[in-house]
Amino acid sequence: MSANGALYQALVVCVSAVFTGNILLTTFLGMCSFLSVSREVKTAVGLGAAVVFVMTCTTVLNWMMYWWVLVPLRIEFYRFILFIIVIAAFVQLVEMVIERYSPPLYYALGIFLPLITVNCAILGASLFMVIRNYSFVETVGYGFGSGLGWMLAIVAMAGIRQKMAVARVPAGLQGPGITLIIAGLMALGFIGFTGVLQ
Amino acid sequence: MSEAKKTGVGKIALEAVWYNNPIFRQILGICSTLAVTNLVLNTLVMCAALTAVTGLSSLTVSLLREWTPRNIRMMVETLIMAFYVILVDVALAAYWPEMRKNLGPFVGLIITNCILMGRAEAFAITNPPWPSLVDGVMSGLGYSMILVIIAVVRELFGMGTICGVAVPYFSSEYWDKWIIMVMPPGAFFMLALVIWAFRSYAPEAGGESRK
Repeated sequence: MSANGALYQALVVCVSAVFTGNILLTTFLGMCSFLSVSREVKTAVGLGAAVVFVMTCTTVLNWMMYWWVLVPLRIEFYRFILFIIVIAAFVQLVEMVIERYSPPLYYALGIFLPLITVNCAILGASLFMVIRNYSFVETVGYGFGSGLGWMLAIVAMAGIRQKMAVARVPAGLQGPGITLIIAGLMALGFIGFTGVLQ
Repeated sequence: MSEAKKTGVGKIALEAVWYNNPIFRQILGICSTLAVTNLVLNTLVMCAALTAVTGLSSLTVSLLREWTPRNIRMMVETLIMAFYVILVDVALAAYWPEMRKNLGPFVGLIITNCILMGRAEAFAITNPPWPSLVDGVMSGLGYSMILVIIAVVRELFGMGTICGVAVPYFSSEYWDKWIIMVMPPGAFFMLALVIWAFRSYAPEAGGESRK
């Protein structure tokens, strides 16, 4: 495949990861933080940005680890442990680096970084990347696109939830219940994008 | 939760399944499993795997709690969970490769399921092995109960079958299949309805215990 073709392919993978195959709305990954951190747009943007960054970097790192270390050694079944360790180590490293070099950024994103280690979407993106046999360029597109899709969903949800503060919701449905219904409607909306990539 | 130490195993079990149900009380751990609830069979396998992993990792965390240094306990817990998940994954690959293919990445995602970490942190790390095992297994069952309800409704309405077996009325032409049910939005709506129903039915423990 020519360089142009590969880039085009990566772009397609990226766009489809944002819209048609949104990691949150179609595979439900990263729901825990989605439900608990989507109260304010500002925090949602912070967490979303951290997710985009970490997800792009960890899928790429995991791609290298998987194809250059695990596959040659024929120990693919260790990938769960390896991916988790890579993600945890990377998050730790990033935390230390930005704490040292950019305190304002650390105060803005720092509190979210530990949350990210246990975000299922991060590990999920790495596992999908292996299952779908993405090439290196596609992996970059996929990691970035999934992160962006997740961010889009959580920021939109936070915006809707701020409006929800004045709405009357049945007692049993308050909190997570209504959030899930909104997420369902959002997922329904995102299905509308399916026809775009043909 | 630490006072549960003194009380009986039955109390712990009831606590885990009902009063502290991971889904409708704490809204934890729906991430990795909701995606497979469009087929009952997949859900059952997934829930069995999750229950086994939760129980066994709680047991192991509890057995090792005296020797685990406090500041790296998260890492130790994660590795214990990853170990059991790998066992499940390898077992599925050996005996039921099609099911492993259907479940895709979701078996691996059991590691990041919040219930595992939640139970390990909230219970197993401070309690003896036997109650921890019960607590882990029961949390897993409480979780499975909700997911199986969701899966049954989704498969029945969406495809007219349960575990692949056609159900008389729902698979005939009198029933217009609700395609939306087998698609992702169906899972969101079902989960919201189930949480609504359970919370309205058992509101006494307070809705504020969620995380």
